[in-house]
Amino acid sequence: MNQLYSEKVMDHFLHPRNMGELPGANGVATVGNKQCGDVMKMYLKIEGETVKEAKFQTLGCGAAISTSSMATEMIKGKPLSDALKLTNQAIAEALDGLPSSKIHCSVLAAEAVKRAIEDYRSKGEGGK
Amino acid sequence: MRKIYLDYAATTPILPEVIEAMTPFWAEKFGNASSLHSFGREARVAVEQSRDQVAEILNCEPEEIIFTGTTTTSDNLAILGVVNALEEKQLSPNRCHLITTAIEHHAVLDTFKYLESQGFAVTYLSVDKYGVVDLKELEKAIRPETVLVSVMYANNEVGTIEPIEEISKLLQATSYKLKPKFHTDAAAVAEYLTLDVQKLGVDLMTLGAHKFGGPKGVGILYIKKGTGVNPVTFGGHHENGLWPGTEAVPLIVGMAKALEIAQKSKIKNQSQVTGLRDKLIKGVLVKVPDCYLTGHPTQRLPDIASFVFKGVEGEAVLLRLDAEGIAVSSGSACTSGDLKPSHVLLVMGIPQEEAHGSIRFSLGRNTTEEEINYVLEKLPKIISDLRNLSGGL
Repeated sequence: MNQLYSEKVMDHFLHPRNMGELPGANGVATVGNKQCGDVMKMYLKIEGETVKEAKFQTLGCGAAISTSSMATEMIKGKPLSDALKLTNQAIAEALDGLPSSKIHCSVLAAEAVKRAIEDYRSKGEGGK
Repeated sequence: MRKIYLDYAATTPILPEVIEAMTPFWAEKFGNASSLHSFGREARVAVEQSRDQVAEILNCEPEEIIFTGTTTTSDNLAILGVVNALEEKQLSPNRCHLITTAIEHHAVLDTFKYLESQGFAVTYLSVDKYGVVDLKELEKAIRPETVLVSVMYANNEVGTIEPIEEISKLLQATSYKLKPKFHTDAAAVAEYLTLDVQKLGVDLMTLGAHKFGGPKGVGILYIKKGTGVNPVTFGGHHENGLWPGTEAVPLIVGMAKALEIAQKSKIKNQSQVTGLRDKLIKGVLVKVPDCYLTGHPTQRLPDIASFVFKGVEGEAVLLRLDAEGIAVSSGSACTSGDLKPSHVLLVMGIPQEEAHGSIRFSLGRNTTEEEINYVLEKLPKIISDLRNLSGGL
């Protein structure tokens, strides 16, 4: 039974990539809630059909922070169609796996990406 | 990297004197204490000497001491054993009532939950914002058919000490013919508080060796003479038939030695550890904004300093401290495995979103001032880094 964090998880937790606000983001979404302990805000800057930039803010545990960080790395520079296909399994695999009790955190990261893209699309062409 | 252990409430390092006391009983004096030959007698003598030692510390008769597997098994035996010994007529659900608190360790809480699932009536006492049981609420909860009351000596998460002597007096003073038996889980206190069962007025008390410098895998259950307790496991005459199975001679010898040392030095432990704990509490409250101490401000164990840090998640704090070599624990959901934050903090009225940000530092006899200074140097930046990461979400 895997109960420990991988080195990759710890690396992304201790040195999160793409953290902070993103001025000029045109797709933004907040998922999770404080009651369950994890909240994640995803900022995307989308140009045409490509994710130009992705940043995040996360209040949460080690898994929540590392999956947020990994998710932004995985969608940066990718077409929207690819970003939409990002699954929690893919994020967990990219981190060399997550303890079984932490899988729900990776669900949150994948959902944050999806919702941020939906936010962009709901604003119509160009995301304005 | 420096390594600083501040999780003594989880477990303690075994003392060198204890290892020394245990050593002959692994390979040299390895006999089964139940065997009649010289090997067995040697082991039997060691077990009974240990029992005498423990009985002296607890101020009771050796026959009142049962050696068990862990604190958890002692708790199970105490609670289920009392129920198993009830007379047939008391056993119907409406003829039998049990009382405990909502802040017990899971070893106690889950045992009562099990009994509840079997149809027994159980009252879970609430606590005030400091984690103290309300004696008036207890008084009201006692019924003519209340057979057992179980209240922990001190809470392991926040360090609040419960009024055990007062509870005992209250139970003795009930006008009902049936006086409820009184059990206390004393797992958290052995290095700091009295274990005199006469003074405390308890009928049953549980202890686990690894919390006071002894080995893991051995515990104590004190059962006052005349308290009906029936076995919950079966297979032999060992420990009065109440904890069947070959006695763990080395562990029992080690536990007795550890308890002796812990109790002998408790006054010294108290003043030394309390001083460092207060330095830590003061330092944290001054250096870290938006945090507060949990548990009672004064009526608390010398070794526990537990906090809530708003706007961060406990596991993240724990892992960042760990990366600096500092070992602590957290009551956050993410460290519990069941996605709920500490039941103790919630019962104390701490909002769920704040309970996720709880961190417990627990000091020990080896803790130094320099270690506390190191924590006070590292912690504020960790909290502010994590708050930056969340951007105030």
